Amino acid sequence: MLETIQGAWHWSVSGMLIALVMFSLLYAGKEFGVSSNMRTMCSIAGAGKYSDFFRFDWKTQQWNLLFIAGAVIGGLIGVTLLSNPDPVQISASTEAYLTSLGIAAPSSGLQGGGYVPQELFGLDQLNLTNFGLLALGGFLIGFGTRWAGGCTSGHAISGLSNLQLPSLISVIGFFIGGLLMTWLILPSLLKLYV
Amino acid sequence: MRNLIYLIIGVFFGIVMTKSEAVSWFRIQEMFRFESFHMYGIIGTSVIIGAIGVALSKRMKWKTIDGDDWKLDSKKFSTTRYLFGGAIFGLGWAMTGACPGPMFTLLGQGVFSLLIVIGFSVLGTFVYGILRPRLPH
Repeated sequence: MLETIQGAWHWSVSGMLIALVMFSLLYAGKEFGVSSNMRTMCSIAGAGKYSDFFRFDWKTQQWNLLFIAGAVIGGLIGVTLLSNPDPVQISASTEAYLTSLGIAAPSSGLQGGGYVPQELFGLDQLNLTNFGLLALGGFLIGFGTRWAGGCTSGHAISGLSNLQLPSLISVIGFFIGGLLMTWLILPSLLKLYV
Repeated sequence: MRNLIYLIIGVFFGIVMTKSEAVSWFRIQEMFRFESFHMYGIIGTSVIIGAIGVALSKRMKWKTIDGDDWKLDSKKFSTTRYLFGGAIFGLGWAMTGACPGPMFTLLGQGVFSLLIVIGFSVLGTFVYGILRPRLPH
């Protein structure tokens, strides 16, 4: 039983459980959406002094901060109690492509069984260039999600489930940006960096 | 007590994000390269089940734990903000392989460089707030 849970979960099981997260929050009177927490953090840090956008009672969003605190704990449980002995099994073509860009495959052993490439995320390999990549990526996530009013959870899951056209437009936007980055920008960046 | 429920749902979410491998930078690259069905299967399944549940909740008038209506707000229609904002987020998502949920889950996994991503996403949100009056919505 534990062995089954420790392995990677089938996409259909994972998808069902994400829907369950959304329904649990709806039943508790809340809406599933992670990116609004960054607005709350700005508000707590005193950003209300600079913009009306951050002038709201952040205590009404306390539940969502607890939710992401839980997501941190869930990540810890996922790699300790429920740790998967096998590395992420991505397709052979993606592995070959990434290797050509200098990113070792998750199955190569060099990634230590982790979910992210050490070349970009490893603290021991942190330098100004991969710091810049993570910082720019984070900035784009924060700016873009707030402009679009939601991220994968708020638009792709909650919004599409509620058949919201704006969410469909947002998801199309996610893919325009994601495809541009994956096919055009990131390959050149990685050639410079890694 | 209620606060504990939000924390527990979050813990469950973090476990699902990890075990589904949706937190993986490799999986996101694979998705945007259309080289596996995995991520599409996850998002597709949750949207189909989500849509059925939401439609049922409206028809059957399901209530929250406090007896209120479910919080299913309609979003105001526009194209610019969703398309431009969405595309900017997509650039960051493909770059870091993390959307906002996985950012926090990865941090819990001990990938501390996610603090850089989280910190700068808060900064990006702040800059959006400052520029908001001048951006098309």
